[in-house]
Amino acid sequence: MAGKEPVIASPSLQGSISTAATEPRWARWLLIGTAGLVLLWLIVLPLVIVLTEALKKGWSVYAAALTDPDAMSALKLTLLVALITVPLNTVFGVVAAWAVTKFKFRGKGLLITLIDLPFAVSPVIGGLIYVLVFGAHGWFGPWLDAHNIKIIFAVPGIVLATLFITFPFVARELIPLMEDQGVQEEEAAVTLGARGWTIFFKVTLPNIKWGLLYGIILCNARAMGEFGAVSVVSGHIRGETNTLPLHVEILYNEYQFSASFAVASLLLLLAMVTLILKSWFTRKDAH
Amino acid sequence: MSQVKVKGIQRKVIPGFGLTMGFSVFYLSVVVLIPLAALLFNSTGLTWGKFWQVATDPRVLASYRVSFTTAAAAALLDAVLGLLLAWVLVRYKFPGKALFDALIDLPFALPTAVAGVSLTALYAQNGWIGSLLEPLGIKVAFTPIGITLALMFIGIPFVVRTVQPVLEDMESDAEEAAATLGAGRFRTFCKVIFPNLLPPLLTGFALAFARGIGEYGSVVFISGNMPMRTEIAPLLIMSKLEQYDYAGATAVAIILLSISFLLLLLINSLQRWVRRTSR
Repeated sequence: MAGKEPVIASPSLQGSISTAATEPRWARWLLIGTAGLVLLWLIVLPLVIVLTEALKKGWSVYAAALTDPDAMSALKLTLLVALITVPLNTVFGVVAAWAVTKFKFRGKGLLITLIDLPFAVSPVIGGLIYVLVFGAHGWFGPWLDAHNIKIIFAVPGIVLATLFITFPFVARELIPLMEDQGVQEEEAAVTLGARGWTIFFKVTLPNIKWGLLYGIILCNARAMGEFGAVSVVSGHIRGETNTLPLHVEILYNEYQFSASFAVASLLLLLAMVTLILKSWFTRKDAH
Repeated sequence: MSQVKVKGIQRKVIPGFGLTMGFSVFYLSVVVLIPLAALLFNSTGLTWGKFWQVATDPRVLASYRVSFTTAAAAALLDAVLGLLLAWVLVRYKFPGKALFDALIDLPFALPTAVAGVSLTALYAQNGWIGSLLEPLGIKVAFTPIGITLALMFIGIPFVVRTVQPVLEDMESDAEEAAATLGAGRFRTFCKVIFPNLLPPLLTGFALAFARGIGEYGSVVFISGNMPMRTEIAPLLIMSKLEQYDYAGATAVAIILLSISFLLLLLINSLQRWVRRTSR
């Protein structure tokens, strides 16, 4: 920018430019109105439908669907799966982001692409690969069978498939963030004699905490809501290997629409909480 | 100066390279790479002959056609609508804007199965929108149109969230210059603004398209799953698995995965382009 003369416009001219560089009032409101309708149609309507369908047959049917033992066990399994997968992928995300952003090495681009890989893979394939590894006809199938260990059509398979699907979430959120922050603060801490863990907890973590929380809630939403991958490995055994999204499907296919939407409304609640936390974290981060 | 020297002597100043790198590669291998390798080095008895036979099966080819056309149509519509949503969010002030902004992310946060059942209820013959379209002779549920709508829902945040930051960073001086030179607002948009938005729009399109190709949960309910007509490729993998045709499922998956890899490479280079042009 050096060497350029600053253009000083007279106030009146500046005013006319800034109005010229925006749309007339009617066009603005037309665009806002159209965008509002698009949002209403594409996003709000499907959301409202879940609630109206869930309550179509009244509160008692709604409550019965949620307190049903199969629904309760599906809820428990969903929570259990998230409780295992989210911490594991969070630790990985932080560690991988540290490795990728604090050091220079060859093949960094490749590593980032590989971390992103599960985003690009169809969820159904995410389930299929574990069937090929641990299923009856898979690599370890005969061995597992001989030792009476069940992974596919059992809870461990569901955990593994969810682990695969939610693998990139935290790392993906942290890498660009930590890239932007650079390494100066950490290097300064080293010069002052701080050790690795101290640097992480006292310097890095305070800088990334909101981004980290943001990554964790997105990871959690996906872990609780995953359908395709889990559907492949679950075996759909009621009360045993059914997660909430799978329970929605089973009830729907049995034409128990109100019950299906009642369970779906629980997942909708999860989505709403996720969105609220997300905008809260982003606002905190902006400060 | 002293820091540069220290850096020169000891390349890695910050501790933990060995530990973090080792753990990352180990975890990546165990969770992602080794299982994915099972697809290529499988024990299902998939030979080249069988692979070719599955890959050229009319039902399989039809499923790819359905997946491709619906994902492309949805991504294209998302690009148009996503640009509108991002534009309104960045350029204008209006009541309820924060809520508007937050709702864009709903498809990211909502489990796909919920989206699937709710869209089906909305567009079925007796649904709110389906019943309005029925007299016009338009069927949405259980047709490719329904699949496209489900994929639009899934894909819209990808476009908005890639276009939005670029639009926010855009300097207004070029636009103002165009205005002082007498260009109308529409002409300024076409000649000055749009060329800058093309890279993020293409990236958003590619992201939505890639997601659409692999999407399963939101589609299975609304598609009706009729072979040759509304059966998508991921569903075909599922039905082959249910018939214990592991080799067939693997063959379809390998093709689908290859397409996803190509899309991922394309998206990566598009994103580099966005970073270059928006700088």
